[in-house]
Amino acid sequence: MPPPDDLFVSAAASLTDAFGEIGSAVEEANPDVRVLLNLGSSASLRQQILEGAPVDVFASADTASMAQIVESGDTATDPEIFARNTMEIALPAGNPARITGLGDFADEELLIGLCAATAPCGVHAREVLENAGVIPSIDSNEPDVRALLNKVGAGELDAGIVYQTDVLSSGDVEGLAIPDDVNVIADYPIAVLVNGSHPMAGSLFVEFVLSEEGQSILNRYGFSSP
Amino acid sequence: MSVNAPERGRPDRRPPLVLIILGGVGLAVFVIPLAGLLARTPWSALPRLLSGDVVTDALWLSLSTSLAATVIAALIGVPLAWLMARVEFPGRYLVRGLVTLPLVLPPVVGGAALLFALGRRGLIGEPLSEATGLVLPFSTWGVVLANTFVAMPFLVITVEGALRNLDQRFEGAAATLGAGRWTVLRRVTLPMIAPSLVAGLVLTWARALGEFGATITFAGNLQGRTQTLPLAVFVALESDRDTAIALSLVMVAVSLGVLILLRERWWKAL
Repeated sequence: MPPPDDLFVSAAASLTDAFGEIGSAVEEANPDVRVLLNLGSSASLRQQILEGAPVDVFASADTASMAQIVESGDTATDPEIFARNTMEIALPAGNPARITGLGDFADEELLIGLCAATAPCGVHAREVLENAGVIPSIDSNEPDVRALLNKVGAGELDAGIVYQTDVLSSGDVEGLAIPDDVNVIADYPIAVLVNGSHPMAGSLFVEFVLSEEGQSILNRYGFSSP
Repeated sequence: MSVNAPERGRPDRRPPLVLIILGGVGLAVFVIPLAGLLARTPWSALPRLLSGDVVTDALWLSLSTSLAATVIAALIGVPLAWLMARVEFPGRYLVRGLVTLPLVLPPVVGGAALLFALGRRGLIGEPLSEATGLVLPFSTWGVVLANTFVAMPFLVITVEGALRNLDQRFEGAAATLGAGRWTVLRRVTLPMIAPSLVAGLVLTWARALGEFGATITFAGNLQGRTQTLPLAVFVALESDRDTAIALSLVMVAVSLGVLILLRERWWKAL
């Protein structure tokens, strides 16, 4: 029998740092719970859940991935929006390519990266570019936002569109704001799942995320509360 | 004691039951995932799924980059194998270790290492791009390089082994009869190791065809430029599972066909 205290939480890659801290806080408040984070693109996590992965809690970076989980009957509780995020342009420190805005994403001379169109950050980024009327000249579709962030941070890509929170969390990139009128707001839903084996601990975790303490941790990492 | 005990002098030719069971489980490890893939395959939709432009782009890119990597491996890997097999030099064991490293290294680590070395801000990549404007990451040549890094060891170790097992008296005889070193290599050595050379080349090609981790890390993922079959499978798994399965099936069929052919024709030589 598996130990009853391993709580499997599948969380969007953009939640890496915030959920790391939330996980520690939940473990501290509940010594019999051990939080195991499974981080990746929400689309990958969704596929794992649809294939029956024994996950207790799913925190997605988009409502579409969560909607599919609800539709397949894999959620035990109604999803709740626990955080909001917006998109920002990420540039290597010093902005060597002298990017000035979204318009530069159409420049074929530059190395431009986005998240893959399947990952929520890729969906959001394409929506932003469409709002701005820019047809991007993409050089790489990275599997998730952390992979994109790392390549921009390493200076291998000249620019990418990531979450505002990712720019905050990375010491290697600098951010360039996207005008509000073309930016999108990403809603992050969370729910307890039926395939997990610790629904009680799962509910505890979700409760903590929605609590004042959980929200203040998320705010500290740049997420806004719903 | 046992009813099944073989009669004296007539050893039981049946393999022991324990081995059959354990070996069967061993086989199941390989077969069950394939069965899962086949069970999910939308057979009637295959022609449509396999003719989409994502698929044909990936197929073409995979074929061309894996062949390019194989050619490069032949050009530089065979000489390396010859040096390792025939020349006593200090640090030969270290070289052998380094050459074998990509076989056991997680490909993603190889991809990251390539990026640190040959990326735009890399050790060699930075002077290279400043001098020539050539940027390898996110380019098709980046895919070829990642493929070569991961797959060339198969060629080097196969050819090195063959050269070391070769009876050097044949080469000596040819030389005594007046053949120059180049002629000996071309007319005696290479023909004698041909089966291993072919096996090494085919294995290298098959490994390059399946390369994923180093490619996505070093060369990125862009349809038509760096999105090879394995990358297309990875992306399609999240958006269009039927296409992912169809692509996977192509890879399984090609790889299995190559390996069976190889086994029948060339591996006996090893």
